[in-house]
Amino acid sequence: MKRVTVKWFAAYREATGTAAEAAETAAATAADLFAEMMSRHRQLAAFSGAMVAINDEMVDWTSPLADGDQVLFFPPVAGG
Amino acid sequence: MNEFTISSQTIDLPAFRASLADASCGACVVFEGWVRNHNEGRAVMHLAYEVYAPLALKEGETILREALQRFDISQARAIHRQGELAMAEPAVVVGVSSAHRDAAFNACRYIIDEIKHRLPIWKKEYYADGTAEWVNCRHCATSHSHAKTLPEIKAQTP
Repeated sequence: MKRVTVKWFAAYREATGTAAEAAETAAATAADLFAEMMSRHRQLAAFSGAMVAINDEMVDWTSPLADGDQVLFFPPVAGG
Repeated sequence: MNEFTISSQTIDLPAFRASLADASCGACVVFEGWVRNHNEGRAVMHLAYEVYAPLALKEGETILREALQRFDISQARAIHRQGELAMAEPAVVVGVSSAHRDAAFNACRYIIDEIKHRLPIWKKEYYADGTAEWVNCRHCATSHSHAKTLPEIKAQTP
């Protein structure tokens, strides 16, 4: 099992009711971790256009997770 | 010096324009994105931008560097607001100076498009009927899709 920190932003923070939480997970990838989080948070939806960053680097959803990672889930962005 | 900045204050447009001054340039293109009082048929009263600054700054600088590599321009800068904004305030400003106008127009367009699609910035609109919504989250199934988007994911049963 890996220990990671999950951070939520904007609509995701409102859906989960928290800005950050610790998770112990067997998830291999960022996408797997998100799927796990969907069972923990019933309001959470897998928006197309959502993005993920690990340790402040934008990454693909298939990126592997390592122990101690900080995983940032971004709902679809709307700058400008 | 940082060319991409996040600001909690009203953007100083004359100062921004002055920062692009360059005697070798014959063209300057500045794009201003304004707070609009309507969206998809709904009256918008005000809005708020949430910005994840550590990554927005890094990705913003990357976009400006890309523009400097792709187009024959001398300078590229941008400022994005965060926090509460009033009607008609500039929410974002992009400025490019170059020897000739074509490169400046193209680079400016490139930068604002990439800012909209790549920066971790979210806009919440507050409507006249008292409701509020995060933009792009109402019609997510049909929203812009990018290379790093989430694949189809189904909730796992624990």
